[in-house]
Amino acid sequence: MKPRTLFQKIWDNHVVHQEAGRQAILYVDLHLVHEVTSPQAFEGLRLANRLVRRPERTVATADHNVPTSDRSLPIADPISKQQIDTLRANCKEFGITYYDLNDAQQGIVHVIGPELGYTQPGMIIVCGDSHTSTHGAFGALAFGIGTSEVEHVLATQTLLQDKPKTLELRVDGELKPGVTAKDLILYLIGQITTDGGTGYCVEYTGEAIRSLTMENRMTVCNMSIEGGARAGMIAPDDTTYEYLRGRKFVPKDFDAAVAKWRELPTDPGAEYDKSLVFQAADIAPQVTWGTNPGLVVSVNSHVPKPADFSDTTEQKTAAAALEYMGLKGGEAITDLKLDRVFIGSCTNARIEDLRAAAAVARGHQVSENVNAMVVPGSGQVKIQAEQEGLDKVFREAGFDWREAGCSMCLAMNPDKLAPGERCASTSNRNFEGRQGKGGRTHLVSPAMAAAAAIAGHFVDIRDWK
Amino acid sequence: MKSFTTHTGKVVAMDRANVDTDQIIPKQFLKRIERTGFGEFLFWDWSQLDDGSPNPEFELNQPQAEGASILLARRNFGCGSSREHAPWALEDYGFRVIIAPSFADIFYNNCFKNGMLPIRLSEAEVEELFQRATQHTPYALTADLDSQELSDAHGFSARIDVEPFRRHCLLQGLDDIGQTLQHEAKITEYETAHGLAS
Ligand code: SF4
Repeated sequence: MKPRTLFQKIWDNHVVHQEAGRQAILYVDLHLVHEVTSPQAFEGLRLANRLVRRPERTVATADHNVPTSDRSLPIADPISKQQIDTLRANCKEFGITYYDLNDAQQGIVHVIGPELGYTQPGMIIVCGDSHTSTHGAFGALAFGIGTSEVEHVLATQTLLQDKPKTLELRVDGELKPGVTAKDLILYLIGQITTDGGTGYCVEYTGEAIRSLTMENRMTVCNMSIEGGARAGMIAPDDTTYEYLRGRKFVPKDFDAAVAKWRELPTDPGAEYDKSLVFQAADIAPQVTWGTNPGLVVSVNSHVPKPADFSDTTEQKTAAAALEYMGLKGGEAITDLKLDRVFIGSCTNARIEDLRAAAAVARGHQVSENVNAMVVPGSGQVKIQAEQEGLDKVFREAGFDWREAGCSMCLAMNPDKLAPGERCASTSNRNFEGRQGKGGRTHLVSPAMAAAAAIAGHFVDIRDWK
Repeated sequence: MKSFTTHTGKVVAMDRANVDTDQIIPKQFLKRIERTGFGEFLFWDWSQLDDGSPNPEFELNQPQAEGASILLARRNFGCGSSREHAPWALEDYGFRVIIAPSFADIFYNNCFKNGMLPIRLSEAEVEELFQRATQHTPYALTADLDSQELSDAHGFSARIDVEPFRRHCLLQGLDDIGQTLQHEAKITEYETAHGLAS
């Protein structure tokens, strides 16, 4: 048989039906559902008198629109409350497992899927959320879909898809000390630009990727969409299997499953439509300066000026970004002063992220000009962090310690920036208004965010004492 | 699903790249549980000043943009979040066609599910349309999906490149779910073959 890529194998395994010149009908192994992109889909089912085909392959939680303050209090915003009540009622009506707000396993959908062992190698996983690419870290084909497609998957357990092309992003060598998975992915997006991956499914390969922990791999795959790729994946290996072993919903005969998963990685000699190679040693800690994640530089450099870009569209984009960000161009990154720090989101709110941030914060005080918050990615992460005493480290340093949820990653709940506030954030999007109208977001790693909270401005984490 | 065959309408030019779905419809409007009524919130942050009054500089607030149904923009339109609320808002506002050099994948897909036609043209063709939209006011285009031609009254013509199956579904207004369910036996067969039957 012709050598195949990881992507090609998963694709081939899931084609239910394919007619020439048409989209393939692909089988979906796992459908994750949340409150914001699902109500209209369930309504569609009811109107057409349809049922959910495989409720046991569908898992729901509320995360986007939930308060991260005291959960014993009723939700203050009546429209948010209605949306969450609607999801709960829909799950009940259609027989879907739902992790409610007071459930210890509630959390951001892309954090709880892997944590509970729902996410497994070789699967096709979809969710009405663009960061579904996170699950690709396990060697799954995982991507975001729209609400009409959510309805399609609920009704048929399949999805219509055009086959994407494949893009290999290979990172050779070892990351330097102080450089994290977040810096790696921000760097890659900076290199390929925010739409460089459009139309592709990315596979991350190379030594620097192989040596990442599972949680770090999730950080990388999570941001695939910020480079335009709907899906990003990493071949499963022993790191993957060790992470999954013993988790709640993994296959009962785990060793047999592992034996099957071992067949998934890309065969030697298989071809990608496009391959790009990078050197890990070239990567320094990264800070975004603009209004899309591709507008990023190393912490030890300066904010660019529009004239630094070659094409007129890029110059205009840069000029508009600088104006929105309240920057002139030319400032040293480490001179940028911060008002807020947000450590959280499906990119960087797992236990390793919180440990990295706490290691920096331990024994220091948050700058008096900065308001800093830590929002764990899930109830389980929160419990574990508290068992390890990380909550104490953060609290003593002056960080606000919150309940799990998306929180200020998209600022749909009460956690948001005021106009003009500058924020160091471990999330994934620095779009205009993403964290609150007029708010200015700089994306960084957890350690860089914690250091910035303490110093009151960005610091090169490699110099941190 | 809504069908799309041909549409003639007024063009509004938005000279911006990477217009993301957070701009098209900000999150505070995603709490609604209906599919309709998003049009009034389209481009909310750009369309108003801090005091809540309309921003006179914003493209859609210009007098010549009144009644426009074709949106012209730069590359990577619709990037970011998967929210289908973005095409819902554009459609509810009155847009039927969006033209850009490239679109983000999820947004592009979502348009077809809502009877809207996203048209990818070359950078040069898009530039040409930007020029024409300033030369002629008002400026109108006709998008004919049947003959796959985009044209104006002043001699412009470009081919609408679209995957044949998507074109077919959009022309007919076919319901995806209904289409897929015609192959329900295949789905069951797949489930049985893979030990997924319940
Ligand atoms: S944390 Fe942010 S990016 Fe992740 S699912 Fe929530 S809103 Fe989306």
